[in-house]
Amino acid sequence: MKQSHLLFGFTLLSGLLLNSCFDSKEKEYQSTADIPVSREMIAELTSPPHVPTPVGRRKAKKLIVEMEILEKEGEMTDGVKYMYWTFGGTVPGSFIRTRVGDEVEFHLQNHPDNKLPHNIDMHAVTGPGGGAESSFVAPGHEKTFSFKTLNPGLFVYHCATAPVGMHIANGMYGLILVEPEGGLPPVDKEYYIMQGDFYTKGANGERGLQPFDMQKAVDENADYVVFNGKVGALTGDNALTAKVGETIRLFVGNGGPGLVSSFHVIGEIFDKVHVEGGDLINENVQTTLIPAGGAAMMEFKVDVSGTFILVDHSIFRAFNKGALGMLKVEGEENKTLYSGEIRDDIYLPEGPGIQNMPTTDEIVASEIPAKSFEEQMEFGKQTYMQTCFACHQAEGQGIPNAFPPLAKSDYLNADVDRAIGIVLHGKTGEITVNGNKYNSVMTRQMLSPDEIANVLTYVYNSWGNSKKVVTKTMVEKVKNSK
Amino acid sequence: MKNLAFRLLFVLLVIQTCAFSQSKGMVYIEGSRYIPLYGRDSTVVEVKDFEIDVYPVTNGEYEKFVLEHPKWQKSKILKLFSDKSYLANWKSDIELKDSENPNSPVTYISWYAAKAYCECQDKRLPTIDEWEYVAMADETTKDARVKPEFNKQILSWYEAPHSNENTIGLHPKNVWGVYDLHGLVWEWTLDFNSVLITGESRKDVDKDSNLFCGSAALNATDLMNYAAFMRYAIRGSLKAKYSMKNLGFRCVKPIKK
Repeated sequence: MKQSHLLFGFTLLSGLLLNSCFDSKEKEYQSTADIPVSREMIAELTSPPHVPTPVGRRKAKKLIVEMEILEKEGEMTDGVKYMYWTFGGTVPGSFIRTRVGDEVEFHLQNHPDNKLPHNIDMHAVTGPGGGAESSFVAPGHEKTFSFKTLNPGLFVYHCATAPVGMHIANGMYGLILVEPEGGLPPVDKEYYIMQGDFYTKGANGERGLQPFDMQKAVDENADYVVFNGKVGALTGDNALTAKVGETIRLFVGNGGPGLVSSFHVIGEIFDKVHVEGGDLINENVQTTLIPAGGAAMMEFKVDVSGTFILVDHSIFRAFNKGALGMLKVEGEENKTLYSGEIRDDIYLPEGPGIQNMPTTDEIVASEIPAKSFEEQMEFGKQTYMQTCFACHQAEGQGIPNAFPPLAKSDYLNADVDRAIGIVLHGKTGEITVNGNKYNSVMTRQMLSPDEIANVLTYVYNSWGNSKKVVTKTMVEKVKNSK
Repeated sequence: MKNLAFRLLFVLLVIQTCAFSQSKGMVYIEGSRYIPLYGRDSTVVEVKDFEIDVYPVTNGEYEKFVLEHPKWQKSKILKLFSDKSYLANWKSDIELKDSENPNSPVTYISWYAAKAYCECQDKRLPTIDEWEYVAMADETTKDARVKPEFNKQILSWYEAPHSNENTIGLHPKNVWGVYDLHGLVWEWTLDFNSVLITGESRKDVDKDSNLFCGSAALNATDLMNYAAFMRYAIRGSLKAKYSMKNLGFRCVKPIKK
C-alpha cells in the first residue's frame, strides 16, 4: 500500500514535470505582452526585393536592429538623378522581420555626412509617435529605443521629422513584418515591394539631378510613381523570378506620400490576400487596395509560365510614370490553362486610319540638345529605353510575329525619311522586314525633333545598322513636308 | 561759399569715421520687428541693431584660435564641452587634415567651442531671431520669404551633399552684404535649444496650434516655412556638446549705444 502510494506520488510528480515542460512550449499567453523573451539575436535586414528568412518556430527574442540613415544620390530612371533619403541605403528601406512577442532594441544611426536630423515612426510600435519621439537623431549620432511587438501583421515604418511629407517623398519608408506565433505558412518564394510617388522639379524624363518639388507634392501631382524607388527596379534583369508550380508571397507596402495603390498582377489572381496586412484574409482577389502608409500580403501559385506584369492599376501610373514590375515564371507551358495566341487578325472598327494617342500637339523640346555624336547616342539610348524598348526590345530584336526588329533591319536601312515619318506619325498595316511579314500598329510618338534625331541616330548606329546620323533638321524637314 | 565747402568736408569726415567704426569683417544690420516661423512668445519679435560676420568662421581662423587658446584643442577640450567628433577633420591639435581647405567653414564644432570663440573676440553667437532676420534676405530684398524662387534655392541646398567642403563666399551676398547663410553649412545660434522640437513633428504642430490655426495643415503658400522647418528641426535635434560635419557658426556684435 505504502509502495503504491509512493509509486503514485512519483507518477504524479513526473507527470507534473513533464507537463510543465510541455507548458513552456505551447503555453497560450493571455496577452502578447506577456510572452517572455529568451536570449539576444541580431536581426537580419535585407534590401528590396528580398526578405529575411522566416521566423518559423523560433521563440520570442530580444532582437537587435541596427539601421543606418543615408542621404544619397541615385537614379530615378535613365538619365534622371535624384537625391534619395534612405533607411539602410535603399528605397524602400531594409526589411525587418520579427515575431509576436519579440523585444526589439532599435538603433537608429544618422550618418555624419547627412544634412538633416531624422527619426523613425514604426506602425508596428505601440507607443507615442511609433518611436518617432525617442529616435530623433542628429547627423553623426545614434539613438536607441526598444519596443515589444504586440500585434502580428505587416507594417509600414517611415521618417516623421518636419517636414514629414518631404522626408517620406524622398524615400524614407519601409516594411516591418511581425509574424504570428509559429510563423506564416511556408511558401516557395517571398518578395518585398513598395510603391512610392516622387515629385521632381522637371517633368517626367527630364534629364539631370532633379530636386524635390514641394508644390507638386502638395498638389499630389506626381511625376513618378514607382515600385522600389525607381523606374525599372523590377523589370528586365531585375525582374522577380519563379518556377511554374511554386507558391509566391508578396509583401507589398505603399510609402506614399500622396497616392493610394490599386495593386494588381496582370494575368494572375491572388489566391489569398491579407487585407491591409492584418489578419483578415480575402480569397480570389484581382486587385487589392494598398493605402498610403499601409501594406498587404498576398499569396498565389504560379500555374503557367511567362512574364506577369505588376502594376498600380491606376494604369497611367504604370505605363507613364513607372509603376510597373515583372514576375518571370519559367517552366513548361500549360495549354489547358492558357492556350497562348491562336489567331491574329487585324480588327479596325473605325476604319484603317492611323491610331493616335490623345495629345495636345504640344511637344516640349528637350532642354539640353545633344552637342556631339556621343551625346546623341547617350540621349538616344535613354529615349529608346523609355519609349521603344517595350516593343522593339533591348537589342532591337523585336518580338517575332508582333513587333518588327530594328537590328540589321532592311526596312529601316532602306529609307531614313520613311523611318523619321513613322516615328513622327505612326504606322499601321502590313510591312515586310527581313523577309517576315508584320501587320500591327505603332502609334505616333510624343517626342521632340531633337529626341527623334537622337533616338534614330542611336538605332542606326547600333546592332549592325547603316550608321546614319539623323539631325534635327532632317526630322523637321519630314515633319513639315506633310 | 567757403563756409559751405567746409561744412561739406565736415560731413564727409563724419561719415568717414562712422564707416570706419564698423568692425573688420562685419556688416551693420539695422534692427526691426518681424514675424519668424516659430515665435517664442508671441508672433512678432524685435531685433535690435547689431553687426554680423560677413562669412562663417573658417578652418584657418579656427586654427589661429586654438593656437592662442590651447584649452579648445582637440585633445584638451573638456568632455563636458564636446563629443567624440569635435574637430574630427583635424590631424592634430593644431593642424587640419591635408584634405581640408583652410578657407572652408569650420565644422565639427560644439556650441561651447563656438560660443567661446566669439567671446574671445568680444562678440557672441547670434540668437535665432537675429540669425533668421538676416537670413530672410536675398540679394535684393530684406524679406525675401515671399519669393518662391528664394525658398526653392534654399530647399535645394538642403538636399545637396558635401556642401561643407566648399569654400566661403561662393554664393552671392545678400542685401545686407552677408555671405553663405544658406548653401554652405548649418550655423549654431546662441539659443538653438529654446524652440521645443520634440522630433515628433506632428506633435510639435499641435503644441503651436495657435500658430497654425489649430490644425496640422500647412497650406501651399507656406513653402518658405518648409525651409525654416528644416532649420528648426536640425536645431531641435542638437545638444550643446554635439559637433557635426555640416554645422559651423559665425558671430555677431551688439551695437552699444
